[in-house]
Amino acid sequence: MRKLFWVATLALGLAAGSIGAEARSVRWAASGDPNTLDPHSQNVGTVSMVLQQIYDTLISRTQELGLAPGLATRWEQQEPNRWRFWLRDGVKFHEGEAFTADDVVFSVTRALAPTSNYGIYVDTVERAVQVEPLVVDIITKIPDPILPNKIASVFMMSRSWSEKNNAARPQNTRQREEMHTVRNTNGTGAFRLTAREADVRTVMTRNNDWWGWKEETSREANITEIVFRPIASDATRIAALLSGEVDFVLDPPLQDLNRLRQAQNIRVLEGPEVRTIFLAMDVHRDELLYSDVKGRNPMRDLRVRQALYHAIDIQAIHRTTMRGQSVVTGTFFPSQVNGYVKEEDVRLPYDAARARALLAEAGYPNGFEITLDCPNNRYINDEQICQAIVAMWARVGIRAKLNAMPLAPFFAKIQRDDTSVYLLGWGVPTLDALYSFQSLVATRNGAQGDGIWNYGRYSNPRMDELVQRMKTQSGEPRMEAIREALRIYREDVPHIPLHHQMIPWAMRSNLTIPHMANNQPYFRWARMN
Amino acid sequence: MAATLRRFFDSDLWWSFTRSPITMLSALVALICILGAVFAPWIAPHNPFDLASLNLLDAFKPPSWTEEGEAQYLLGTDDQGRDVLSAIMYGARVSLLVGLSATLFATTLGITLGLLAGYLGGKLDALLMRICDVQLTFPSILVALLIDGVVRAALPREVHDQIALFVVIFAIGISEWPKFARTVRGSTMVERNKEYVQAARVIGVAPPRIMLSHVLPNVLGPVLVIATLNLGLAILSEATLSFLGVGVPATQPSLGTLIRIGNDFLFSGEWWITIFPGVTLIAMVLSVNLLGDWLRDALNPKLR
Amino acid sequence: MFAFIISRILQALPVMLTVALISFAMFAYVGDPVAIMLGQDFTEAQREALVKDLGLDQPFWVQFATFLGNAVQGEFGLSYRLSRPVADLIAERAPATLELAFTAAILALLIGVPLGVYTGLYRNSWLSRFFLTFSLVGVSLPTFLIGILLILVFAVWLGVLPSFGRGDTVKLGWWSTGFLTWTGIKALVLPSITLGLFQLTLIMRLVRAEMLEVLRADYIKFARARGLPNRAVHFGHALKNTLVPVITIVGLQLGAIIAFAIVTETVFQWPGMGLLFIQSVNQADIPVMAAYLLLISALFVTINLIVDLLYYAVDPRLRIGRGQGAH
Repeated sequence: MRKLFWVATLALGLAAGSIGAEARSVRWAASGDPNTLDPHSQNVGTVSMVLQQIYDTLISRTQELGLAPGLATRWEQQEPNRWRFWLRDGVKFHEGEAFTADDVVFSVTRALAPTSNYGIYVDTVERAVQVEPLVVDIITKIPDPILPNKIASVFMMSRSWSEKNNAARPQNTRQREEMHTVRNTNGTGAFRLTAREADVRTVMTRNNDWWGWKEETSREANITEIVFRPIASDATRIAALLSGEVDFVLDPPLQDLNRLRQAQNIRVLEGPEVRTIFLAMDVHRDELLYSDVKGRNPMRDLRVRQALYHAIDIQAIHRTTMRGQSVVTGTFFPSQVNGYVKEEDVRLPYDAARARALLAEAGYPNGFEITLDCPNNRYINDEQICQAIVAMWARVGIRAKLNAMPLAPFFAKIQRDDTSVYLLGWGVPTLDALYSFQSLVATRNGAQGDGIWNYGRYSNPRMDELVQRMKTQSGEPRMEAIREALRIYREDVPHIPLHHQMIPWAMRSNLTIPHMANNQPYFRWARMN
Repeated sequence: MAATLRRFFDSDLWWSFTRSPITMLSALVALICILGAVFAPWIAPHNPFDLASLNLLDAFKPPSWTEEGEAQYLLGTDDQGRDVLSAIMYGARVSLLVGLSATLFATTLGITLGLLAGYLGGKLDALLMRICDVQLTFPSILVALLIDGVVRAALPREVHDQIALFVVIFAIGISEWPKFARTVRGSTMVERNKEYVQAARVIGVAPPRIMLSHVLPNVLGPVLVIATLNLGLAILSEATLSFLGVGVPATQPSLGTLIRIGNDFLFSGEWWITIFPGVTLIAMVLSVNLLGDWLRDALNPKLR
Repeated sequence: MFAFIISRILQALPVMLTVALISFAMFAYVGDPVAIMLGQDFTEAQREALVKDLGLDQPFWVQFATFLGNAVQGEFGLSYRLSRPVADLIAERAPATLELAFTAAILALLIGVPLGVYTGLYRNSWLSRFFLTFSLVGVSLPTFLIGILLILVFAVWLGVLPSFGRGDTVKLGWWSTGFLTWTGIKALVLPSITLGLFQLTLIMRLVRAEMLEVLRADYIKFARARGLPNRAVHFGHALKNTLVPVITIVGLQLGAIIAFAIVTETVFQWPGMGLLFIQSVNQADIPVMAAYLLLISALFVTINLIVDLLYYAVDPRLRIGRGQGAH
């Protein structure tokens, strides 16, 4: 009898124990798959959405995208050109190495390497120096007040592991052999990589030693395993969620949201993304490409740009094409970005009659022909937005031809400056206005970062001056520069802003995860019941 | 003319036609599709290509018999506010144009090369038949993908868009000719050795003339059967290419393009955007295939 | 026999070379891998360095010769998109496609042949007419539409079968198989039906036509006259004689199955070579596309060769005039 009692107790104990350690596996799907797991090789969302589960940064993001201690517990601008970081003690990489200042020096140097795609986050950095085993300095070439915002995107790797595996530089396709970091990781993060089959599945398991589990935001978190599967087809991705084959879909198609909202056991989280969709126009050439206007460039005339702007019924696009999932805007970055000014976020109103009048005034009473270049697999409903705009322009006499292309040929085309109008979406990972001004409306002058995505070749000396001030100044003078630059942007109409994207996430209702404006799910904060 | 008509109505073909309700039904369906497509610019309720007439506010209207439907949009509207019925009529026009032209192209090429190979024989015959052999192992859809890809790569995009329709026709046509060539070659070889051809040759009739007036009429039956069945296949090939996004340009949407676009809305309840073009495509191909099937049986009395 | 094989292989060479040229030329100028690899931020110098590193600044013929030399050694370079050797990628994906194609072909045979026999024997029965009409519907439905409808019904409405992927796989050496797990087998059902339906109807119609042809033959009449039971006549004589052309066609159709797997794999997100190919097309991943087309062509040429040899082995007379029937 007693024996039986013990057996029963043992069985109960075992059962209880197994409940405590029950595997909470979250099956996550998105349309794209990371094309590498190298931490400094590809600066794109599909890569970082996986990497940030595995690697930590010196400075973390809060759920509101603010800055929070990460591998550094505090930081300070000790001199104009020197930032100091005090590192967290006792952190270990997944393969057991202790995390030290030397690893920071290594990681920053690696991000600076020519093969790195993370250059924009360290563009002002000269070098990093170890001060003490857990104190490190980053020396900048010019005073950089927003370095912490940028360094929050640079993943920290282990020097000994990287050097042992011949991965001291970021992976580059020039190498005739596959690099270790393409499929292997060794971070300090909340999850460690356990399986990786490109295009098929990526499995990560909980790193129980992670320093952050003690933080308040992660105390409720209970995910023990993440299984990520890319599903490119919209219909299949939704079918998989509805039939319970996946728990979390990062990018549900807008047209399916209603159905998902009504479905049992499915929850849709909505929130804004830090990404703005706009049209940019060639304001540089003397003769517009792909047009029947010869010998001049109508886009250089402010009235024509205003007419194209007035012709767009953005509310119709918001309601129908975006199904309410957009924030209509009159400027080119959203309110989460440092430097946003509400007074400058004003659109030219939809007014087809005014558009026609402006065109006539500019000498084009019968409109003219142009080609609108548009990606068809990059932004939410990009091609449909362009189709709608072409129809709206047709009503004021602009005969636009739509040239919708996949991402690859589209970028290739606009990067040759081979375009007269194009649609682009711009995200701001640093959450600071400079990133947008510098890349999109500064004159392209060969300097790192300036005007590199300014394919309409807008150029305004005053704007360039203001961008230089944004780079080095801080406080109110900097804000002053941003405010003036925003006003010039609104008045000069180098772009026709459309909206900030909203990014709905869809999931089984037993999953709880904070919605993030950078479109990155942080499973360290997720809970599954 | 009257005599020809009388002969037609007296023929076995007509008799077998009137005896088969399924065949008559498919002929009717095919006829409706063809008429709707050919006369689309005059009878379609809207012009989906007139951008200035589109209004985004009209988008996603369900078919007119449902609660929220509107009478002017019988089969509803798509994501840009285009009338689905009109889009189908214009789309069927493109699909039929591509299917018919591709089949015509394949038939002409196949007959010509088949006649030459069968009549002349020798090295030319061996070469042509080897090409047929090799090409027949390559699925036509892959050949079409390949050709379309080559042209896409070789030409700038603007030029390509203008001739995309011809590229698709050529790609599908060129992938189907060997079937015709083989059949024609086989029949030609049989006919060539018959006495009347020998006789014509002896009295000095020129070979092209012999081929055209003596050999060709005898191979037309099987060619017609293959051509009909091939038409269905060609329409499907075009739809598949367009579904994969490499077919006709989006400015001239075919049924395949419409299905691809509508597919995104299948789960969201806006089923009419994809189902109606899909049903039209199936009806069109099915009726053509049924007609081809019947034609084969009717022309081949052995099977009856 | 030996000379015949040699001559066929020699004939295959120019075909392969042409395909190699086409597959390389086809993608040499599509898209811009440089733009994709650089991502959002880069300098002009980085761009030029990358162009040089990839050899994209070399003349066309130099690029082609390099490509060919490497291809002969099974070296297709590194995928632009995934930065891994193309040969590895394809080796990883091949089992998925081959298992799917194999299942679809078996399915088509197992259902197609009996249906063909039945409709051939009882060609006026009500059921035969139904099967024939059904087969026409099968031929007239585009593959992608079938896939989408199957997903809608069996995955979303009924929720009994998975809508995407291969389920769990088991590694047997380098080969990963889905045949050994329950989820793997379930995942195979919808894609293999989608892929096999067209072949099924084709086989059924072929068998039916052959049966009708054979049943009219003299030896069948003799067999009947000798008083052999129907069953012996049908299966012992008639079916046996229809199988040779059927097997040949199925062999030849294997190529078509693998090609149409592109569409099926896209719809079902099946991690095979076809999906790899389409994803590579979308991102202008030239090495993968070139390798895929070359491999597929090699496969087709090999199949063609084997079929030729089979014919040669079965009946040398057939060698000259094969495939003339318009069935």
